[in-house]
Order: sequence, then structure tokens, then C-alpha cells
Amino acid sequence: MNKKPFEKYFVFSPYIWLVLFFFIPLAIIFKISISVSEWGMPPYQDIFVNKDGFKINITLENYIYILSDFYYIRSFLNSILLALIATFFCILIGYPLAFYIATSDIKLRNILLVLVIIPFWSSFLLRVYAWKIILQNNGILNLILLKIGIISEPLQLLYNQYAVIMGIVYTYLPLMILPLYGYLNKFDLNLIDASKDLGVNRIKSFFRVILPLSLPGIIAGSLLVFIPVVGEFIIPEMLGGSDKLYYGKILWEEFFVNRNWPGASALAFTGIIVLVFPIIVFQIIYSKWTNKNEI
Amino acid sequence: MKSRLIKNSIISLGLFFLYFPILVLIFYSFNENKRVMVWKGFSFKWYGELFKNEQIIEAFIVSIKIASFSATVSTILGVMIGYSLVRIKKIPLKSFYIFLSSTPLVLPELILGLAMLLFFISLNNFISFPSTRGQLTIFISHVTFCIAFVAIIIQARLTDFNKNIEEAAMDLGYNYTKVIYKVTLPIILPSIIAGWLLAFTISLDDLVVASFTTGPGANTLPIVVFSKVRLGLSPEVNALSSILMLVLILIGVIYFFFNNKLNVKK
Repeated sequence: MNKKPFEKYFVFSPYIWLVLFFFIPLAIIFKISISVSEWGMPPYQDIFVNKDGFKINITLENYIYILSDFYYIRSFLNSILLALIATFFCILIGYPLAFYIATSDIKLRNILLVLVIIPFWSSFLLRVYAWKIILQNNGILNLILLKIGIISEPLQLLYNQYAVIMGIVYTYLPLMILPLYGYLNKFDLNLIDASKDLGVNRIKSFFRVILPLSLPGIIAGSLLVFIPVVGEFIIPEMLGGSDKLYYGKILWEEFFVNRNWPGASALAFTGIIVLVFPIIVFQIIYSKWTNKNEI
Repeated sequence: MKSRLIKNSIISLGLFFLYFPILVLIFYSFNENKRVMVWKGFSFKWYGELFKNEQIIEAFIVSIKIASFSATVSTILGVMIGYSLVRIKKIPLKSFYIFLSSTPLVLPELILGLAMLLFFISLNNFISFPSTRGQLTIFISHVTFCIAFVAIIIQARLTDFNKNIEEAAMDLGYNYTKVIYKVTLPIILPSIIAGWLLAFTISLDDLVVASFTTGPGANTLPIVVFSKVRLGLSPEVNALSSILMLVLILIGVIYFFFNNKLNVKK
């Protein structure tokens, strides 16, 4: 067999980087989350104490603190609910779009695909900022509504949970459309005709044939939207109000405002645990997806 | 014909939804009024102000610097992962390898940012390095989460092209090294460029991870922009948005061109 001197370097260079700069940081979060907090810098005690005999100094206090305070649990639930709603709307808007793009003829299909990807390429922060402009009290949406006469006074559209959902659906939509398109594009769409020939009507053929076949795409897209949205910080910060607190915000404040590092780490690690299951599902789909088709 | 009408209107509505906010943003950047939402007249005033704003210019240079370095390193490492996952059979703890290389794709940025910050602080306590946080620490963090995006693109391309081409080259007397340089690399080159561009824009755009890992003298563009628009609107940011949007959209089109070059050839 040929000598393959590159293989070792190819496998191990990124391996070392990721263990060093990804796995160890995650391990450190866990370590600090079970450390005893104290005043000082850094604001936690070492987990190994070597004074008057070796001792392991760990605690579950930080987790108990989080899980016993309804404030934290509610923010977590708010975030999960937000992510579910946003994912639902992304499917609702993204599926028909992906479906119709995939059924267009090949030239148009490529152009439409570029058009969907391009906004995704432009700045995330600025796309959220754009919604701030649209939803202002004297913003374009209120202006239009006033002109048509649907409302007589400007509506308070900004700084509430609906603005947050709007912003999230807008920014994450391409992440739903792309995997969906990837799956839909693979089918022989003649299947629709075939099922029609067999006497199944349009709606039935959609629910019996197309939808089940595109289910992996729906799952992949949903996870790409759901998981990051649970930890979303910027969008609620820019478009949201004080009506709902989310996980990202309390994690940020626990760390930067309360300076409670063990508490923040416990929150982060709880987040990882909660998201681990969907992440594993994501990985299974990810490996199947990349093995079967291109993005 | 009815179904055609439904199809066209859904596509048009979808595209309208995607582009309307961007167009609004660009439109208001030409407003002369300092109060962003009150239209006073067409003007390039804020573009002029923008280029006089040293804070923004400086942040832009810092961002470009970090983005180019992190895109380059993450492309090299990402290509290695993509290649390993598709072509190399013996990877120790393969599922751990896959876990490490794909989790950053979905892990909330906030958790990654916190992990990186606590890591750098611990590292500093341990070996007194890095002494301050700044461009270097942002760079390291960005590489970590950009690798995954490059890897997924390379993996897709390598899975796609026929392995027989490589084997044929070997039969014709190329050794392993030569096959990589003369056959594999040229074939995946468009994807490598596409991966670099993607990593570049992701790094350029990142706010959360950079906010955690930043330090003195390392205000990136998103950090400055966020501090300006967190509580209100800023006409300068409008002008900046229009320029950035156009540049990024251009990069997007180039990306698409490279990523699809092979498809067209086929």
C-alpha cells in the first residue's frame, strides 16, 4: 500500500486545536459550575485544595440555586417556547418557499436559491437593526397602516415579544430553507405525477408522499433554528422589551452584572445538557445529510 | 393555472419578506435628518460622517484583520477535517472527532463565548498567557467556530467527487503527495475559496463571542455598532449598513460562484 504521510497531520492538527480550544473550554465551564463561589478574583474557590491534606472542594449549590429559583426556570421556559414558536413559523414560511423553489425549472431554481442565500450573507446584526427601523413608532409599518387608515394612532410594535419573534423568524429563515431545499431537490418530483396517475389527489399526494420524504429536511432545518435560538441574546436585547426574560439575557447578566461566575457556568452547562439531545439528533442528521448531498 | 399563480405569489412574497428590511435600511441611509425616521431630504451626508468617524474606521480595520487571519487558519484546519472524515478510515475516537467538529455549528454563541472567556482566564492563571484579552483571543475563538463551517463544505464536495479519479492518478504513477497536490486540491479549490469566504463573513459578523473574548484595544465593528444601536438608531450606522450590506452581498455572490463552479461544469 502507498505511504500516506499526510494522514497523521490531517487528522491530528484540527483534533489538537479542537480539544485545546473547544473541549477544554467546555470542561472548564463544568469545573467552575461545581466550584464554591466566593468574593474575590476569580470569584470561586479551587476544586482541589491541598492545604492540611488533599481535599476535593466541589458543590452542587450553583445548580440547586438555579433550579430552585423560579426566575431562572421561567427564563429557560420562555426561551424554549420562543424557539418552538420561531421554528414553527420558519417551517410555515420556509416550507412552501423551499418547495416551490425546488419545483421551478433548473435555471430559475439556481437564481432563486442565490436570492434566498444572499440576505443570509449580509450582516446579522444589521438585519436585526433593520427591523428596529421598520417597527419604530414612526417607522415604515406604522406609516403604512396609518395611511391606509387601519389605525388612527401609531402602534407600539417594538420592544415586545412579538417583535422578537419577527426578528428571529426573519434572520433564521434561510437556515430552514436551505436544508429543506436540499432534501426536496433530491426527489424525483415526478412522484407527484405518479401518485396522481394512481388516483391520489393533490393534497393527499402531498401528505402521503412529499411530506414524509422531506421530513429529514424539516428536522435538520428545525434544529438549525431551534438550538441557537434558545441561546439567542442579541435579538431580544435589540427588539425585545421587559415583558419577557430569556435565557441568553439572564446568563449574560449573571456573568457580567452579578459577577457570579459559578452561577453563570451552571446556567451555561444546564443549557448544554438541555440542548445535548437535539445536538445529538442534529449530528446524526448532519452526517447523513453531508454524505448524501451538497449544501 | 391556479396553482401557478399560488406558486408565483408565494415566491414573490417570500423574496419580498427577505429583501424589504434591507431595502428600508439602505433607503433611510440617504436621509439628511439626524433623526433617522423623519425624512428631510436626499443626501450623502452620513456617508461623509461615517468616513470621518475614527472609532468606526478603527474597528473596521480590527475586524478585517481578525476575520482574515481566522478565516485562513480555520480554512486550513477545516479542509483537514473534511478530508479526514471522507477519505481517512482510521480516525481515533471518530465519534468524538465528529462531535468536536460539528457541535460549534449549533452551540449557542453565548455558551461558546462564556466557555472561551473562562478558558482564557484559567489559562492566564495557569501559565500567565494570554496576559490580556484582545485580538488574539478573539481570533482563537473565531477559528474554533469557523472550522465547522469550512469542514461541512469540504466534506460535501469530497463526498461528491469520484474517488476513482484519485485512484486513476495513482495507477498512472503519481504518489500520494502528488495526487493531493495535482488532483484533489485543484478539484476542491472552489470549495476551499467558498469556505474561506464563509469563515471570513462569519468572523466579521460575530458579536457575541467577540464581546466575551475582547479586551483593551480590540473593539470589533459589531461591538461598536451594537453599542451605538442597542438603545436607539444612528444615521451613521445606516450608512455603514448600506456599504457593508453591498460588500457582503458581493462576497455572497462570489461565494456562490465558487461553490457552484463544479456543478456547472458537470
